[in-house]
Amino acid sequence: MNAFRAALGRELLVLWRSPAEIINPLFFFVMVISLFPLAISPKPELLATVAPGVLWVAALLAVMLSLDGLFRRDQESGVLDMLLTAPVMPVVPVLAKLLAHWLLTGLPLVLISPLLGHMLQLPDAALGTVMLSLLLGTPALTIVGAIGAALTVGLNRGGILLAVLVLPLYIPVLIFGAGAVSAAAGGANVDGILAILGALLALTISLGPLAVSAGLKISSGN
Amino acid sequence: MLGSPRYFYTFSSRVLPWLVPIAVLTLAAGLVWGLAFAPSDYQQGNSYRIIFIHVPASSGALMGYMALGVSGLVAVVWRMKMAEVMLKAIAPFGAALAAISLVTGALWGKPTWGTYWQWDARMTSMLILLFMYVGVIALQAVIRDPRQAARAAGLLAMVGVINVVIVKYSVEWVQTLHQGSTLKMFGESTIDPAMKYPLLLSMLGLWLLYAVNVLLRARTEVIWRERRSKWVNKLVKEDNR
Repeated sequence: MNAFRAALGRELLVLWRSPAEIINPLFFFVMVISLFPLAISPKPELLATVAPGVLWVAALLAVMLSLDGLFRRDQESGVLDMLLTAPVMPVVPVLAKLLAHWLLTGLPLVLISPLLGHMLQLPDAALGTVMLSLLLGTPALTIVGAIGAALTVGLNRGGILLAVLVLPLYIPVLIFGAGAVSAAAGGANVDGILAILGALLALTISLGPLAVSAGLKISSGN
Repeated sequence: MLGSPRYFYTFSSRVLPWLVPIAVLTLAAGLVWGLAFAPSDYQQGNSYRIIFIHVPASSGALMGYMALGVSGLVAVVWRMKMAEVMLKAIAPFGAALAAISLVTGALWGKPTWGTYWQWDARMTSMLILLFMYVGVIALQAVIRDPRQAARAAGLLAMVGVINVVIVKYSVEWVQTLHQGSTLKMFGESTIDPAMKYPLLLSMLGLWLLYAVNVLLRARTEVIWRERRSKWVNKLVKEDNR
């Protein structure tokens, strides 16, 4: 637990000192969403229908793109090799890193999402579900995306390859996340769908860090 | 024993001369029987005959990905060389089968459902399966060291297998257009025996053809990986004589 706290503190500090990495995904999220009313049409009823999908796809892309450099700095500075030469799987530092990354890039997306949902003409009753579904979904996206980031850490052309690897894995979370928002906008009960999102999150939290550690070991040639 | 590349090479040299004709004959028999001699369907007429390509291709694509996942597990956990070779050998044919399944499904969908494409559970799952094949192939293509590439792809395939299952069930609550399975391992199949046997035969034939393809690809990969070893050099010298 002490090791976890120390690792978390370090990761938060390192991220905090490069504010661009925190702010850029947030602006990306806002910008992508503001493209849709311009591209589709600003008609409120049309926007309200596509809003759940647009919000979720934009959040998913923002999370994925923020992960591209997740392990790169650690690899360049040699920190990664230090972690991997330890006799145990680096699950604890990996989990700390993922948590720190989510707190500073995923959580802001969750916090700003009701505003964007309102701008996309979602009914006020659905805005709580927007936040809740993203709160459950974005950590899962961070962890699953980190598996892809771990496998591509040594390669210089992360971006598109990461997307090709990770996007198919994002589909279940996307279906239930956007489904929850759509259901809420239609006035239905969303407890069941949110429970499934929670189950997906539990699955990714329990198995994901193992897969990320294994991916890092493979990428570093250990 | 099969874990040794050299043993695999000599073993597959002995199997292939038998396997190739059996695979080709089985597939040809199944297809000719199904396409030319099986009775036509009372509702779908002759258009149902695409089933003799569609179902074998779909099942082959699914089994191929499962095999990728198993090879991935063996390659990542036990670092067995042959499992790494298999990861490279299994993926391309499986991706092709997934594509064939999608195309034949679309062609079959037009006369029976009136549309080439619907975002229905099974079609969506197959599309995502194709995406995941592409991911496995793409990852192997960019990592230079073949052993590392195979283990990276193996980990991805393992995650992918879990994903296939979740995707399958998560798209199911979307309205499903696709008919249920007509072939059942247990219990009565809901397909006429006159159609069932050619279908089973073409499925078996395509799986065997898949096996032939995997063996051929794996042999090439083994030779390439072991190109500096004594036994490969000896083989080349014998071949040149």
